[in-house]
Amino acid sequence: MNIRGIHAIYRYEMNRSFRTLIQSLVSPVLSTILYFIVFGAAIGSRMDNISNVSYGAFIVPGLIMLTVQMQSVNNASFGIYFPKFIGTTYELLSAPLSFVEIVIGYVGAATTKAFSIGLIILCTSYLFVDLDIKYPFFMLCFLLITCMTFSLLGFIIGIVSDNFEQLNIVPMLIITPLVFLGGSFYTIDMLPPFWQNFALLNPIVYLISGFRWSFFGVGDVPIFTSIIFMLIFTSICISIIWYIFKTGYKIKN
Amino acid sequence: MSEIINVQNLVKKYDNNFTAVKNLNLKIRQGEIIALLGPNGAGKTTLISTICGLSSITSGLIKVNGLDVIKDYRKTRELIGLVPQELALEPFEKVINSVKFSRRLFGRKDDNEYIEKLLTKLQLYDKRDNIIKSLSGGMKRRVMIAKALSHNPQILFLDEPTAGVDVELRKDMWSIIKELKNEGVTIILTTHYIEEAEMIADRIGIINHGELLLIEEKKELIKRMSVKTLKVKLKKTLDIIPTKLKKYNLKLIDEGKSFLYYYNTGKERTGITSLLSDMNKIGINLFDIQTEETSLEEIFVKIIKE
Repeated sequence: MNIRGIHAIYRYEMNRSFRTLIQSLVSPVLSTILYFIVFGAAIGSRMDNISNVSYGAFIVPGLIMLTVQMQSVNNASFGIYFPKFIGTTYELLSAPLSFVEIVIGYVGAATTKAFSIGLIILCTSYLFVDLDIKYPFFMLCFLLITCMTFSLLGFIIGIVSDNFEQLNIVPMLIITPLVFLGGSFYTIDMLPPFWQNFALLNPIVYLISGFRWSFFGVGDVPIFTSIIFMLIFTSICISIIWYIFKTGYKIKN
Repeated sequence: MSEIINVQNLVKKYDNNFTAVKNLNLKIRQGEIIALLGPNGAGKTTLISTICGLSSITSGLIKVNGLDVIKDYRKTRELIGLVPQELALEPFEKVINSVKFSRRLFGRKDDNEYIEKLLTKLQLYDKRDNIIKSLSGGMKRRVMIAKALSHNPQILFLDEPTAGVDVELRKDMWSIIKELKNEGVTIILTTHYIEEAEMIADRIGIINHGELLLIEEKKELIKRMSVKTLKVKLKKTLDIIPTKLKKYNLKLIDEGKSFLYYYNTGKERTGITSLLSDMNKIGINLFDIQTEETSLEEIFVKIIKE
C-alpha cells in the first residue's frame, strides 16, 4: 500500500482547509451557534420538554448531524471535483496509487474535517445548554461513521459532476431538505399521522434518530434499525465508488 | 541500448466508437529521445495516456521495463514522469509544496536536497515560495516539468512541452531535455514543431489516424527521404530542355536562365556527374550551381499526404 501517497492527498486536503479556515471552520460553527440562539434560546425557552429533554438540548444532535452531513458532502465533493476542474487528476491517475488509496486520502480528509467540526459544535453547545451524553463512545462512533458515509457520498457527487452547478444540486436540493425534514428540530411523532409514515421514507430520519439515541437513550426508531440503515447506506456508497473506479466512469477516458 | 517501453498491438477505442489508436506497435530504447510527430487528433496524446494510466486500453499490451502497465502498474508508474499538454496546476499552492506533493504521491520520502537541486536546474529556486497563480506561462511549464521529475523517473513523457511558449523558452526547454538525456532519462515527446524534433530527437515516429506510419533514426530518415535540389544557372538562356537532357526530368525556371535537377542522396548514384557531362557534350555552359536540402518538415508533410 502506498501510505505516503495516501498521506500526501490527506495532508494536501487538510492544508487546503487551513488556507480557507473561515470558510471551512468558522462559517459552519457560526451558523450552528445562530441555530442555538434562535431555536435553542429564543424559541426553545417557550417549548415543552421532549422525552424529558429540554428543547435546547434536544436539537443538539440534530444540529450536529445537519452540519456534519453537509460539511462531509461539501468537503469531499469539492475535494475531488476541483482537481477534475483544473485538470490535475492526471497526477493521481499516473501515480502508483490504487483507487482505494485515492478514496482513502480524499474521504479521510473530508471525514476528519467534518468530524472535527462536529466535535467543535458539540463543545460549543455546552455554552448554551445543559447536556449529558448517555452513550459517549457510541455517539463518537456514530458521528464518525456518519461523517465517513456522507464523505463517500460527496466523493461520488464530485466524480459525477461536470460543473459547479451539478456539484451543488444534490447537497442543496436533496440533502438539505432531507436533513431539515429528518427530525433535526422535532420528533417524528410530533407530525400528523400521514406525514409520520412519509417521514420514515427519509433515510436521514434513521441517522438523526440513532445519533439522538446516543445522547438521550431515546429516538424516533429503534437503535438497531438506525444501525442497519447506516450500514446499508454506507454499503451503497462504497458499491457505487467501486463501480466508478472499476469502469473508470468520468475518471478515465 | 535495451528496450524500456514495448507497445504491442495497442488498440484504443472510445465509447463513441472512435478508434484513436489502431493496432500500434512501438519499441522505445532506454536513454533515447524519441519525438512523435503527427497532426492534431492523430493519437499521440492517447498513446501517452494509455502508457501512463490515464486511459484504459481496449486491447493490446504495454510493457514498461518488461512489466505490464496494468498488472504491475505500481512498479511501471514509479518509472514514469508525465508532463501533459495543458498547464494543469493548483493555482493557490506554493511551487515547492506542489513539487513535494507530486513526489509524495509516488510514495517517495521527502528529499529537500533533491527538490532544491531540481528547482535550481529548472531556474525555479527563486520562485519556490511563490504561489503558482502568480507565475508566468513559461514558469508554470517549468513547474510541470519539476513535478514530473520530482520522483526521479527513468522515463519522461512530454506532451507538446513547448506549445505556445516563446522561442527563448523553447530553446531553454531543449537544453533541459538534452541535459536529462545525458543523465540517462528516456524522453518521449510529442510535438507539432518539426524543428523541435529535428533539433533534439534521436528517433522520429510519425503517427496519423491512430497508426504509426514510421519510426526511424532521425539521421537515417532524413538521409533516406531527403531529396536534394540542384539549381544550375546557365550562361545562355534555354527555350526548352534539349532532348539529350530530357531523361533527367529537369525543370526550367527564371525564364530559361536556370533549371532544377532533383536527386536523392540516399542512392548510390546521384546522376550529377553524368548530367554535367551531357551538358558539356551538347555545349551548354553553366554559370553557377546551388544545392538545397529537403527539410524534415517537407518529409513529414510528404509522409502524411501519402
